Amino acid sequence: MSVFKDAGHLFRFAGLFVLAFLIFLVVRHYVVPKSFGQYGHYRGASIGEIAQRPVKFAGHETCEGCHSDVATKKSAGKHAHVNCEACHGALATHADDPGTVTPVLPDTATLCARCHTASAAKPKGFPQVVPADHSQGLPCETCHQPHSPGMDAPKTDAPKTDAGGVK
Amino acid sequence: MKISRRQLMILLPAAAVAWESVLAGTPEESPNYKMSEHWWGMLVDIDKCIGCGNCVRACQTENDVPDGFFRTWVERYHRSDWPMSESGDVTTNPLIAPEVISPDGGKEGFPAATDESGKYFFVPKMCNHCADSPCTQVCPVGATFISPDGVVLVDQKYCLGCAYCVQACPYGCRYIHPTKEVADKCTLCYHRITKGLTTACCEACPTGARQLVDLKDPKDPIHAFLKTHSVQVLKPQMATGAKLFYNDLDGSVR
Repeated sequence: MSVFKDAGHLFRFAGLFVLAFLIFLVVRHYVVPKSFGQYGHYRGASIGEIAQRPVKFAGHETCEGCHSDVATKKSAGKHAHVNCEACHGALATHADDPGTVTPVLPDTATLCARCHTASAAKPKGFPQVVPADHSQGLPCETCHQPHSPGMDAPKTDAPKTDAGGVK
Repeated sequence: MKISRRQLMILLPAAAVAWESVLAGTPEESPNYKMSEHWWGMLVDIDKCIGCGNCVRACQTENDVPDGFFRTWVERYHRSDWPMSESGDVTTNPLIAPEVISPDGGKEGFPAATDESGKYFFVPKMCNHCADSPCTQVCPVGATFISPDGVVLVDQKYCLGCAYCVQACPYGCRYIHPTKEVADKCTLCYHRITKGLTTACCEACPTGARQLVDLKDPKDPIHAFLKTHSVQVLKPQMATGAKLFYNDLDGSVR
């Protein structure tokens, strides 16, 4: 033991290091979240938290579950691939509670113009009109049925009950 | 306890397998969704986009994006014809200097274009959900990451709001949320795609110009599309592994 005769200060110092390392381990245990490093250098639980945010757009499959009549009519026309909520807006609240949440019927004068107003910038094959010249201010649904807008398919029922798809 | 050599040879692989499962962590909460079975991306067909702004409004509604900030936005490019007359400025190269507008992110559409000359097109932009994303590499605290299913996400509880990632994104897709004061960006509607729905922007797109794609799904039409179309990504020279694919993308788009 003669080698360590004058080495007491080294052992005390080494003891301090070990103590500091233990404190570091304890602090780290409480500071670092449990799921950190589960999949990588991030908190794995945050993926689940992000996935749990509420949905606002119900999705057209949900709409078609109840409004199958509109879906059938739409599938035959030019708007077959336009999803319900592209025009009617986000309606997950209505899908969750159809009894109390009643969607507002979109105003065709502004709604249709949003896509179909003529512009040189739009693809040439896309149907577009100058609304003021095309309809002289009449609402679009006077002639066109929004769910199947072609002129060869004449409008049969009143737009108020039909366009919204709400019975 | 004494372990023979034979026992050790059996125990070691067993311990390795057990350690693997420890490293893998607990299985995901949603039972029907397995992160390992998906690799998400998006396809934008420039030829179909009409610049209506439905996607921008839908994204804002779905994700409570504050006014003046955008997780997705639409730009309108106008590439003029090459000036050939003597009076025209023949030194201007319209191929690299197009006119780009995006009024309020294209949320309320675009003013009608009357100039028939040149080439117009709309470019919807959003997070490219890069496989080698620069933004996740610079985060000092591990608050932004690429999820195992290929979506670049922000852990807003862990984010400090230092904005390194905002600077690092070569596509300008991140912003600091004005009230939360943390980084915010497109999540590819992670809360929707994990439930089997498509993203809000794809749901609201009237022409099908945007399509959510799952590159790990062999039945996804994206695989045939990539073979038969001229599909590109933005800034390929940066090797970000971008998964926002553009069909018929003009060379002037930056």
